[in-house]
Amino acid sequence: MYPDPRVVALVTEHFVPVRVHVKQNRDEFQRLGAQYNAQWTPAVLILDRDGTERHRIEGFLPVEDFLSQLDLGMAKAAFARKDYRRAEQLYQDVLNRYPSTDAAPEAQYWAGVSRYRATNDPAALKAVGQAFQTRFQDSQWAKKASIWKS
Amino acid sequence: MAHEIPWHHDLDAALASAGDKLVLLDFSAAPM
Repeated sequence: MYPDPRVVALVTEHFVPVRVHVKQNRDEFQRLGAQYNAQWTPAVLILDRDGTERHRIEGFLPVEDFLSQLDLGMAKAAFARKDYRRAEQLYQDVLNRYPSTDAAPEAQYWAGVSRYRATNDPAALKAVGQAFQTRFQDSQWAKKASIWKS
Repeated sequence: MAHEIPWHHDLDAALASAGDKLVLLDFSAAPM
């Protein structure tokens, strides 16, 4: 994942990267592994600057999927700090850049929720419900959005 | 542009210096 230049560029631009290696940083691995309940490697956690976990990626992923998950984590962090306009934009970025990944239906769902939170307009949720009738119909996110489609 | 990721190894220092960035914490067993 990490040797890919797109991953290097994304991580360098948007994250402060911290590696805790199971052997090279044994004490830190035990301490932080317990603190963050990391039970498998690789485990990549996206943290706010106060150390709160906003997203977790467990296990290897191909580059495209890994990139989509990093973007998804950035969107979740924006949502968590109630920056709903930014969150919607970031979720839309996931949807547009990585439409064939598992992150895409999740991003479609949360983009709509972010818009709803930003506008307080229920039409945003209805639009998401309708969007899942033509795209990602077999995803769990389509089930979650099905309550809004009519 | 960087060609490899400039890993830090001190989480507390990384959090303190993060500013507007998020922290990516990588628990790894990859060969070094």
